[in-house]
Amino acid sequence: MLTKRIIPCLDVKDNRVVKGVNFVNLRDAGDPVELGARYSDEGADELVFLDITATIRSQKTIVEMVEKVAQKVFIPFTVGGGISTADQIGLLLRSGADKCSINTAAVFQPDLLRESAERFGSQCVVLAIDARRTQNKDNHWHVCVKAGSEPTDLDAVEWAVRAQQLGAGEILLTSMDADGTQAGYDIALTRAIAEAVDIPVIASGGAGSLESMFEVLEEGKADAVLAASIFHYGTYSIRQTKEFLAQQGVLIRPV
Amino acid sequence: MLVIIDYGVGNVRSVINAFRYIGCEIVVSCDPAEIRRADGLILPGVGASGYAMQKVAPIAEVIKEQAAVGTPLLGICVGYQILFDETYEMGTFKCLGLIRGKVIPIPAAPGLAIPHMGWNFVNIPEGMTLLEDMRPGRHFAFAHSFYADIDDPQAAVATTQYGLDLPAAVQKNNIYGCQFHPEKSAADGLRFLKNFATLCNQGRGPC
Repeated sequence: MLTKRIIPCLDVKDNRVVKGVNFVNLRDAGDPVELGARYSDEGADELVFLDITATIRSQKTIVEMVEKVAQKVFIPFTVGGGISTADQIGLLLRSGADKCSINTAAVFQPDLLRESAERFGSQCVVLAIDARRTQNKDNHWHVCVKAGSEPTDLDAVEWAVRAQQLGAGEILLTSMDADGTQAGYDIALTRAIAEAVDIPVIASGGAGSLESMFEVLEEGKADAVLAASIFHYGTYSIRQTKEFLAQQGVLIRPV
Repeated sequence: MLVIIDYGVGNVRSVINAFRYIGCEIVVSCDPAEIRRADGLILPGVGASGYAMQKVAPIAEVIKEQAAVGTPLLGICVGYQILFDETYEMGTFKCLGLIRGKVIPIPAAPGLAIPHMGWNFVNIPEGMTLLEDMRPGRHFAFAHSFYADIDDPQAAVATTQYGLDLPAAVQKNNIYGCQFHPEKSAADGLRFLKNFATLCNQGRGPC
């Protein structure tokens, strides 16, 4: 059967990997191509590159980065950040990306998911959701857009279900409350979405301990865990993570 | 020299990158003369196998001719699926017919996501040259909704568990194929490609 995936995430700004807390306070964490190749060699199952500059100017830079990554990285990798047209997706796939993640643009023009899935196949269309807990409501999360800066009225679970119907092949789910805090994933959010859709859910935001990864895979029913800080700053290696999860009985690809 | 057959179906760049990374000299072409000169042929492909078969049609005869004279041929993913008799993806299409079998949808089952996408373990029987020296913990990256139902007594078939024992790779004489993406399967996948390159360049060392 399929193994659970461990996915380092590389937030890229001006050609450097950065990582912040709650989407702000960015720290430099290295060269994206080098870091990607290192994670691949260490046994990461996939990589996610998110262009957090996401301006018109940065799009050319990202295509060049994708080309370089593809020459050195021989595991599937996803690229996201500022993608708003199917043509952009086509260009990134031709440059060597395996999947593209769409966030804000999908909220404003959901048809982009359908068009992309029809042109390139659902397997390369990832819907990224930045979700925040709604105040004064139990276990309710709303979708935020524009790098998390703008809340919408969209219910995160309903949006995930609709995205699957439109053709998304995977959900990259970030808890904005947990992101960068290393306080653990939002288990309830992840589980609510994983139980509502048939497509794989990648849990993101809050990875701090190996136990938290185990919890979100087991209780949160995630198919994959994404983490940034704990890998970039060497808190845990991919190997340690995988060995821990294997000891807990999680099916993983051995390093 | 290895030739990656570029017949206009999706991105061949990852396959090119992987062969270059392991130090192989490769040519990307759909020119029959170059295909005839090759020491080994790689047939890649992504997307729907029915569409791929339509696109490969103009050079189908030269591929079959080279397979018949013993040139090693490796089909990857959709390039692997069109090695069989026919595919039922987006209609019914006659394929290259180099290995007996048909390409059909992965049967739906409760709790089984389709496409089959991610890393899976591959069981390897005797007689599969490219998989002979794989490590015990080997896994390969898959991304597909259709699979080849193989019915060829002359073919060795490696399988992966996904609802059923899904064929993951095949070998029939000089014809090789894999449903998984070796170019995206880290060290295990690069070893698989290296094994193919070594076999094509026999007597001259790897690449």
